[in-house]
Amino acid sequence: MTDYDLYVEGEQIADMTAPSGPISERWDFRKFNARLVNPANRRKLSVIVVGTGLAGASAAATLGEAGYNVKSFCYQDSPRRAHSIAAQGGINAAKNYRNDGDSIYRLFYDTVKGGDFRSRESNVYRLAQVSVEIIDQCVAQGVPFAREYGGLLDNRSFGGVQVSRTFYARGQTGQQLLIGAYQALERQIAAGTVEMNTRHEMLELIVVDGKARGIIVRDMTTGEIETHFADAVVLASGGYGNVFFLSTNAMGCNVTATWRAHRKGALFANPCYTQIHPTCIPVSGHHQSKLTLMSESLRNDGRIWVPTKGGDERNPRDIPEDERDYYLERQYPAFGNLVPRDIASRAAKYVCDEGRGVGPGGLGVYLDFADAIKRLGRETVEAKYGNLFDMYQQITGENPYEVPMRIYPAVHYTMGGLWVDYDLQSSIPGLFVTGEANFSDHGANRLGASALMQGLADGYFVLPATINDYLANGPFDDIDESHPAAQEAAESVRSRIDTLLSINGERTVDSFHRDLGNIMWEYCGMERTEGGLLKAIELIRELKEEFWSNVKVTGQNEELNQTLERAGRVADFFELGELMCIDALHRAESCGGHFRAESQTEDGEALRDDDNFAYVGAWEYGDGGKPVLRKEDLHYEYVEMKQRSYK
Amino acid sequence: MVTKTLTPTQRRSAAWRSTVALKASMAVSGLIMLVYLLVHMYGNLKFFQGKDAFDGYLHGLRDMFYPYLPHDGVLWIMRVVLLAAVLVHVYAAVTLWRRARISTVRTASGQRYQSTQNRRGVQRSYASFTMRWGGVVLVLFIIAHVLQMMPNYISPGGASDSKYERAVNGFELWWVVLPYTIALLAVGLHLRHGFWSALATLGANTHPARRRRFNIYATVLAALITVGFLTVPFAVFFFGAGS
Amino acid sequence: MKITLRVWRQQNADDKGTMVTYHVDDVSPDMSFLEMLDVLNEQLTLAGDDPIAFDHDCREGICGMCGVVINGIAHGPENTTTCQLHMRSFNDGDVIDVEPWRAQPFTVVKDLVVDRSAFDRIIQAGGYISAPTGAAPDAHAVPVPKKSADHAFDAATCIGCGACVAACPNGSAMLFTAAKVTHLGLLPQGQPERDSRVVGMVAQHDAEGFGGCTQIGECTAVCPKGIDISDISRLNRDLLGALAKGDH
Ligand SMILES: Cc1cc2nc3c(=O)[nH]c(=O)nc-3n(C[C@H](O)[C@H](O)[C@H](O)COP(=O)(O)OP(=O)(O)OC[C@H]3O[C@@H](n4cnc5c(N)ncnc54)[C@H](O)[C@@H]3O)c2cc1C
Ligand code: HEM
Ligand code: HEM
Ligand code: SF4
Ligand code: F3S
Ligand code: FES
Repeated sequence: MTDYDLYVEGEQIADMTAPSGPISERWDFRKFNARLVNPANRRKLSVIVVGTGLAGASAAATLGEAGYNVKSFCYQDSPRRAHSIAAQGGINAAKNYRNDGDSIYRLFYDTVKGGDFRSRESNVYRLAQVSVEIIDQCVAQGVPFAREYGGLLDNRSFGGVQVSRTFYARGQTGQQLLIGAYQALERQIAAGTVEMNTRHEMLELIVVDGKARGIIVRDMTTGEIETHFADAVVLASGGYGNVFFLSTNAMGCNVTATWRAHRKGALFANPCYTQIHPTCIPVSGHHQSKLTLMSESLRNDGRIWVPTKGGDERNPRDIPEDERDYYLERQYPAFGNLVPRDIASRAAKYVCDEGRGVGPGGLGVYLDFADAIKRLGRETVEAKYGNLFDMYQQITGENPYEVPMRIYPAVHYTMGGLWVDYDLQSSIPGLFVTGEANFSDHGANRLGASALMQGLADGYFVLPATINDYLANGPFDDIDESHPAAQEAAESVRSRIDTLLSINGERTVDSFHRDLGNIMWEYCGMERTEGGLLKAIELIRELKEEFWSNVKVTGQNEELNQTLERAGRVADFFELGELMCIDALHRAESCGGHFRAESQTEDGEALRDDDNFAYVGAWEYGDGGKPVLRKEDLHYEYVEMKQRSYK
Repeated sequence: MVTKTLTPTQRRSAAWRSTVALKASMAVSGLIMLVYLLVHMYGNLKFFQGKDAFDGYLHGLRDMFYPYLPHDGVLWIMRVVLLAAVLVHVYAAVTLWRRARISTVRTASGQRYQSTQNRRGVQRSYASFTMRWGGVVLVLFIIAHVLQMMPNYISPGGASDSKYERAVNGFELWWVVLPYTIALLAVGLHLRHGFWSALATLGANTHPARRRRFNIYATVLAALITVGFLTVPFAVFFFGAGS
Repeated sequence: MKITLRVWRQQNADDKGTMVTYHVDDVSPDMSFLEMLDVLNEQLTLAGDDPIAFDHDCREGICGMCGVVINGIAHGPENTTTCQLHMRSFNDGDVIDVEPWRAQPFTVVKDLVVDRSAFDRIIQAGGYISAPTGAAPDAHAVPVPKKSADHAFDAATCIGCGACVAACPNGSAMLFTAAKVTHLGLLPQGQPERDSRVVGMVAQHDAEGFGGCTQIGECTAVCPKGIDISDISRLNRDLLGALAKGDH
């Protein structure tokens, strides 16, 4: 392995809190061993929770209920708007209500395998264990999951697994789960245990004597820079897919909270692991601001094809069968259109690279329901997919009952995130990370319907149990704003804002973000090569330099200033983007969502290199120098490492 | 930003004084007035049986349940109930009106929205749009009407001891028939929205199908009352009935 | 397409505010309404002017953050969220008026951004089921008839956008409040707190300064999630029932 002179390798790290013993007993064992905090003392202990998505809202509500003094933050105007709200498909749980052979062990197994053997067995097993309680909790809160006529919960199979373990609420599962957590949170706000700060963006972490003790936030309506202290800080700030500019994430999703913590010493693990979703509505023009996901279930009945010849401008209905290439069915006869997300995505990219893509810019493939309509009748198709068809029509203005839909892959989820141990504690004591913001449970690829599960597992059950062990050390010394660490943090935030406002260059923030996104998509997207990544790093550095000398941020700090907000986020994306490329470059294997063209089997399948890469790549901030790679080795005792194949 | 949260006790008393409770009192008082109108219309239609039937009916009303109740007993009970209903109704209407005006802030230009492209709303009906000013028209009409019909205070067309004759005298004049017509159209509109609204307020609108039915009832009822009342003045004015 | 926009500009809550006219050329019919505003904002930024502030996040019609009054109609001419409205709903040369939600409890923060925290406080006053974490019975312990579950779901799809308030001639938030009362009131889990919930939420609704509902129905006509007006009737019934019982 060459180090390309871009990073240095540091000491190995290990997860010190992971218990050993039989895997099914580890979580109980850890809970039993964790120290407890006397209920009377909890009021004296404070916790900051950044983020009100599934991971953050559930954690804040549960900690508040337990009696801790909680301060919660989000950048939206209400905690209910966190991007978890957009999840459509469903949430997994090993309830085995279908008696179809599901079990905790099977969910565990599927998740480890789905993550392409790059996640920790202990964590994943715990996730599967806790999944059962999540459903109980949500039903008790009034989450209106889909039910059958007998009044019992309905399940469906999702993401190509063979059991029906996915609980869902029409196409709005994330919304319903989040509203449940939000309501629990609002109940605690009313009870006075949680103080909610909406429209507040975390811009810096305060570390005192090596411990996370607070954050600096900007009040987004007044511009005031505020300092908040606590005995522990929880980051539940979501994923960083917006580094690609176009993604299925919300416009405000950002890496700032975790990146600032990274700069203060928290390790950032596996940043290059991104998941690209094959069924999104393609880009319609330069104005495009975000991409919209359409449920994967469409692939159950729709057939994917492109014209055999490039540049075929005919109306798709006029293209005869023998001039169509149903390329997934051709290449993967066993799975056909239902191959896993990454394979479907890459295959679409290849046909478009060959110039056979359809729609504006040639970036799209057809997803055709003509056969399904013939076979099942329009009514059945409408009952199954009507709302998705409507959504498609609303966005594109085309009627999918008459012309085939066009789809293209889009960035959807980021498996990487801040490194945490079994207790969800980062490498900075007192800094905990939950939900999509951490790297913990999905390895190199996430199964469908497992992110919601992880967010709620972390927030309702795992963090509230493990954080006690840390808080039992507290309360820590009182500190106030005059503490040098707080002053330094606040000062750095202010000076960064001042700099951004004073550049007064000639390009808008969005134009930089768009360019960064293009670089990332081109070289660090579905397929990565050594040469491409090296080029990307160079391009990002140039662009970053131009940003800091030529960006135009209007207005001032002391007002609602959305340009300034975006500028700060984009600035952090530059640094993250570079690290992602370095991570992707150093991992000279293909695994899960990370596909290195140099590492593939003869039939173009991702080829893992378990001898050299069966580890978590956790990066330490270089602070002016090069980033430091710290490896955590992965061991598999329960699941045998296998190469996957979908041929 | 002030967080305005209420204690449980405050919540209870606030709920009693809430917009929902106010609206319910309006619905009940409105329905009472509606029942009165139906009875009143029934009485009015006796007009077509001639002077004696009409005056006799009115007289009969006064002696109803005599001797259990004194002369005029029923009438006075009815008047008290009606007056109470009007007072409650108008109080609630004015209170909600004021609240609505405060809630729908006006900008410096005096309007809530500057755009003039949607003056009529997306779906709201003329009836719902005119409830408040329509109600004011009604009250003004009722005052004038009671003064005319009851103690001979205003007697367009000539005073008389017979209410039948008083009505006939008045309805021969176009400037009497016209305000009656306007008032009755106002009644119709008010009831068109009011009847459906009252049912919804009291919790009966539980399903789109029921809602459609209520709306049909309301339209029929409003038309019935408007037409039913208008027969008398129109019969006199256009067809010379009663003279 | 070429579009002329008249946009409400207001520096902050204390500013009086006024309509300002802008021209945007090169509007593509495939743009969403917010993308069209993005284009205008890029123009304004490059010209050194203050871009127009507007709320948005998911841009797929589910977070409820976006929302402006377009040509006098909350969320504009299509029955959807502002982010899902596309420019193909307009014609070349149109003059489009863009204003913030208006209701006294929704103070304007800046330009098209308003403060909707009143909605959160209405939820705080009872819009939840008290279910402490970890104390839940098995999810199958209480079956819920599909009909109730489906109806509860319909009500639960409210995204808290506030269009109902912006459209109601009384400035009432009753549709929003009723959606939550209905969602939780239809489920067996929601029964123990049914009375105190409706009492608390209605009291808070009024305390925030929203107007009362007189069944006009503009709210449901603009609601992007089609929350049904019958939910308001259900709320009324629940409240009157709770007051009649008197033991909440
Ligand atoms: C379109 C779409 C569909 C999906 N469908 C599914 C599905 O069907 N099943 C599934 O399991 N998963 C799905 N996922 C993935 C899943 O929804 C997310 O991974 C998960 O919801 C993330 O939850 P979270 O709580 O970690 O973060 P989020 O919900 O993203 O919440 C982040 C929170 O952090 C706050 N925040 C962020 N930065 C800051 C800052 N700097 N300062 C202050 N606050 C900040 C935000 O305000 C927000 O409250 C989907 C994702 C998308 C995008
Ligand atoms: C100043 C006088 C009046 C005013 C301001 C007034 C106003 C109103 C208003 C605002 C409503 C609520 C309508 C809605 O839901 O949108 C209403 C309802 C109603 N009004 Fe009146 N009204 C007045 C007089 C009358 C009179 C004289 C009658 C009887 C003939 C009447 C009968 C009704 C009925 C039956 C309802 C339905 C009850 C309800 O909606 O709650 N009103 N009125
Ligand atoms: C156009 C047709 C109408 C005619 C011919 C008519 C006639 C009369 C007459 C004759 C009386 C006297 C009754 C008595 O002495 O007991 C009366 C009373 C009254 N009318 Fe009418 N009326 C008409 C329409 C209305 C309408 C539309 C309303 C209400 C909206 C109304 C409200 C009243 C009231 C409140 C009284 C007083 C009742 C009382 O206290 O005794 N009338 N009307
Ligand atoms: S009821 Fe409809 S319009 Fe009102 S907040 Fe909910 S979704 Fe928006
Ligand atoms: S428009 Fe307003 S009056 Fe009621 S029915 Fe809707 S809240
Ligand atoms: S931006 Fe989320 S609903 Fe429009």
